[in-house]
Amino acid sequence: MKSFKEYIAYPYGIWMLVFIAVPLLVVVWFSFLSNPDFKMGEYVFTLENYQNFMDPLYLELLYRSFIYALIATLICFLISYPLASLIITLPEHRQNTMILLMILPMWVNFLLRTYAWMVLLSNNGIISNFLDFLGFTNIPLLYTQWAVILGMVYNFFPFMLLPIYTAMKKIDPDLLRAASDLGANRFQLFTKVKFPLSMPGIVSGSMMVFMPAVSTFVISNLLGGGKYMLIGNLIEQQFLTLNNWNFGSAISMVLMVLIFLVLGIARLITGKEIDTGGQVL
Amino acid sequence: MKKFFRNAVFALVLLFLYAPILVLIIYSFNDSKIMGSWSGFTLKWYAMLFKDRYILEALYYTIVVALVATTVSTIVGTLSAIGIYNMHSKRRKPYLFMNNIPVLVPDIVMGITLMSLFIFISIKMGLTTLIIAHITFCIPYVILAVLPRFNRLPENIFEAALDLGATPKQAFWKVLFPEILPGITSGALIAFTLSIDDFVISFFTTGNSVTNLSITIYSMAKAGINPKINALSTIMFACIMILLIIINIRSGRSVKQTP
Repeated sequence: MKSFKEYIAYPYGIWMLVFIAVPLLVVVWFSFLSNPDFKMGEYVFTLENYQNFMDPLYLELLYRSFIYALIATLICFLISYPLASLIITLPEHRQNTMILLMILPMWVNFLLRTYAWMVLLSNNGIISNFLDFLGFTNIPLLYTQWAVILGMVYNFFPFMLLPIYTAMKKIDPDLLRAASDLGANRFQLFTKVKFPLSMPGIVSGSMMVFMPAVSTFVISNLLGGGKYMLIGNLIEQQFLTLNNWNFGSAISMVLMVLIFLVLGIARLITGKEIDTGGQVL
Repeated sequence: MKKFFRNAVFALVLLFLYAPILVLIIYSFNDSKIMGSWSGFTLKWYAMLFKDRYILEALYYTIVVALVATTVSTIVGTLSAIGIYNMHSKRRKPYLFMNNIPVLVPDIVMGITLMSLFIFISIKMGLTTLIIAHITFCIPYVILAVLPRFNRLPENIFEAALDLGATPKQAFWKVLFPEILPGITSGALIAFTLSIDDFVISFFTTGNSVTNLSITIYSMAKAGINPKINALSTIMFACIMILLIIINIRSGRSVKQTP
């Protein structure tokens, strides 16, 4: 392989510098500047943007984003784990079909699927009518915090299912047989063998649900009706409507640092790097 | 009993996953413009779709961006994976670290960083910036799909081919390439899907003149989406289904043919 030289990767190295590293540095730089008198080109170096973020109002948004994303991740796990264990009991070719059926909806545009939920959850939608029929009248569904969490679960659930399924698939059946030969009962088989071995899948699945959920602004905007602002909404607002890029940059930095902290913790749990690549499909 | 329980769980999950899609498809045949109230069957939205320049233009940009981004990122990604594989680990580490950034950083942060760069160096945002952004977030996935294929190769397989008399060109195309091809295909597929479906990064990196389907849908969502969009997504979903069925039948055949 040494006949191939490493320099064919150099153009991409330059590309990464220009379009990944430099933009990040620009935003870091922006986050430390402010323009107190709103004059063109008069910027001063300051920590003001970060201090402003310490306002209880903004901290609540951050807190809410993390709580919603955590709940969504937990629900995804509670659906995916049993589901993956059931799929794995199917014959091989039906397993593949089932997995394909589970990820097929992802090929429909993400915004359209979210919009369809707006229709389903609306006041005279199917679910609402069904609840009326059962006698629960006037329960608001759309524009509630549960609608936001539902949107997160619906859109990101395959990201949890696939890694868990892959991890379960890798478990050697001989290992389970050996464990039961050695006297493990079904409960021990689960807690001591199956569950620990599927842990890498659970951790990488959790990360892949948690990250888009914590930073979303589309789902909270459409299904929460703007009532439940998340940190993503705040960033979007600063950049696109309020034009306060410096503050927006500072919030993005805070979000990024927190996400890397979570990643670091996840890495400590599994003891190795989180595998996010190649599992998107 | 156990089987019944299992099938009931599958049915429930599939209902949850497909309910919104069914709603989209059903209302594409609805005579009323308002989703949620049914007032008779029609095909008029399908006819009107092909006359709507705004939607067709968005579709055109979506496909152009996806095709260009997929082609460029698959080629660059594959070549870079070869280069990275041959790197000294001292240099490989920073490469992989930087390559992982677009995968690990939230979309919104990727979007605003690129937007800040484009504004900072005052490039007018439009099709070019959109394509640059898509290439930037697609290449990492191609590399992450191709690189593991190299790690699986027997060491020195390329040299072995040369020793057995292959020219470097033959050794690449006849030995190396077929081995990494599955990685390239899945990388290209991931890139294409990500590009077609992307909203957040596109939203921040495009100008007023260029919108893709996601942006069009987002701007319509609050006031109510035009049934023409439903018609379009029904057609796209049908195409995917047909494609998958064809692939399934063909792969089913090839399995039978191998003894």
